[in-house]
Amino acid sequence: MGKSTRLAFGETIAQLGEVNENIVVLDADLSKSTMSNLFAKKFPDRFFEMGIQEANMIGVSAGLALSGKIPFACSFACFITGRYDTIRVSIAYNKTNVRIIGTHAGIGIGEDGTTQMGLEDVSLMRSLPNFSVCQPCDEVETRELIKYSINHQGPMYIRLTRQNLDKIFDDDYKFQFGKGVQLTEGNDAVIFATGALVSEALKASKILKDRGIKLRVINIHTIKPIDKELIIQSAKECGLVFTAEDHNIIGGLGSAVAEVLSENYPAKIVRIGLPDCFGESGTPEALYKKFGFDSENLAKTIERNLN
Amino acid sequence: MYTYKELQRISNELRIDIIKAISRAKSGHPGGSLSAIDILTYLFFNEIKRTKENAFDPNRDRFILSKGHGVPALYAVFARIGLISYEELMNLRVLGSRTQGHPSYTDLPYVEASTGSLGQGLSIAIGIALAGKIDKRNYNVYCMVGDGEIQEGQIWEALLSAPKFKLDNLCVFLDYNKSQIDGYIKDVMNIEPIKEKLIAFNWNVNEIDGHDFQQIENAISNFKSTKEKPTFIIAHTIKGKGVSFMEDNVEWHGKAPNEKETELALMELKKLLETNG
Repeated sequence: MGKSTRLAFGETIAQLGEVNENIVVLDADLSKSTMSNLFAKKFPDRFFEMGIQEANMIGVSAGLALSGKIPFACSFACFITGRYDTIRVSIAYNKTNVRIIGTHAGIGIGEDGTTQMGLEDVSLMRSLPNFSVCQPCDEVETRELIKYSINHQGPMYIRLTRQNLDKIFDDDYKFQFGKGVQLTEGNDAVIFATGALVSEALKASKILKDRGIKLRVINIHTIKPIDKELIIQSAKECGLVFTAEDHNIIGGLGSAVAEVLSENYPAKIVRIGLPDCFGESGTPEALYKKFGFDSENLAKTIERNLN
Repeated sequence: MYTYKELQRISNELRIDIIKAISRAKSGHPGGSLSAIDILTYLFFNEIKRTKENAFDPNRDRFILSKGHGVPALYAVFARIGLISYEELMNLRVLGSRTQGHPSYTDLPYVEASTGSLGQGLSIAIGIALAGKIDKRNYNVYCMVGDGEIQEGQIWEALLSAPKFKLDNLCVFLDYNKSQIDGYIKDVMNIEPIKEKLIAFNWNVNEIDGHDFQQIENAISNFKSTKEKPTFIIAHTIKGKGVSFMEDNVEWHGKAPNEKETELALMELKKLLETNG
């Protein structure tokens, strides 16, 4: 098991602080959880503890960005994206270079339960003009995404996990903004997965391989702007399309893929995610089983739909 | 530096521009534009001294209109100092214009930030003030909030945070014209005792008549000599100031005058110019 993507973020931003003095980091009393404290320890003059004030943190970040800084505003995904109108006007409409770091995404956080889970955040951020929405699937991709984000123009929402994730990529992995990453060969079906569900989809493809099914696994780290060409091409080659995300099935990756396909190449699509419901407490493993996010259940869902 | 008499003349001329622009647009917010214009006039002409040449200088003083609906007053100032043309001012709210109904930074960067969803501009001003401290630049950040606006929760988050960061480069004006869309502030959601609240929140607080240039000047001078604390200036103003039938009348919060009312308003304002200079 590799690191959580929040830890990879904290380590990376602390390194980047040395090479780019315009980077500033803000947190709303969760720096030990978002791992922004790794930056805070090294650069106390460029770290701003905002207290439990997400809306003010968003506005202050916008002001810093309007003055040439590259602010990383960190909190739990649910709390920070919950201040929607402030993000909409202060960050998105102003087209500022704020990076919103939303950690503790999905039911994968486990025991803390629904109020701490970011379950609708991608849907919210995806609908804001000027915003890009990214979710890395392992520590290497997180590191490369954060490095990329320093030079990106416009606001970004970056969604990270609390839980540790398998390390999928080698250290020489090259991150390409807006491009999906094909991880396995296969033409029987394709699954577009994001974040924590990428490693589950990879494991599911191994299970299915033993059963004679060749599943193409594609990692979507950039949910907006989405890689239209790859989605259309994969649907043409594989026929049956699956999406997998630890998020409500409304408005997230599944919706993004469905939008592309229905306008360009209508294909049968099965969205795997939270079926428009809240989460609950439990171990991450138990929750993933219950909602069908674990590799065994993913394999079952895929096999069932193929037959 | 302009004399108070000269400032009064400019602000009364700008009142005329505001009424004309809102009348042509057939919508907009005259009440809160007229209450704010004297403070804006002082700031832009005697303090910030914005010109087209220094408009993007990283060391420039900033002004954020957090009460974005008062933007006709800001556009009138912009037109007067040559940042935008008089024609653009008169194209207020017209399709394709940079003079959007509420300040739009991407259309017209002189506004410094898009505002209009109330309660947000003060946080942005704090961010700009913080950046000034980080970069050791000595610009000041001025921000104007509305009295109804400070009912917003985010304002109180911001009011807690600015003193924490010792932002003595931040000066907030409260355009305290006493009314909001649904009625008088004291009836809708009372903000009093506001001075005591702000002092308790560790702000350097001044209370002035927001139509008196001498008092505006004194308060700004007090701000500039105060260290380690942000300054909040409670400026008592009159909604619709300068047009008798708009003064202290909630009706004129967000309504454009019709042709007849415009004529009447302009007549009164021209008379003001003749008598007060």
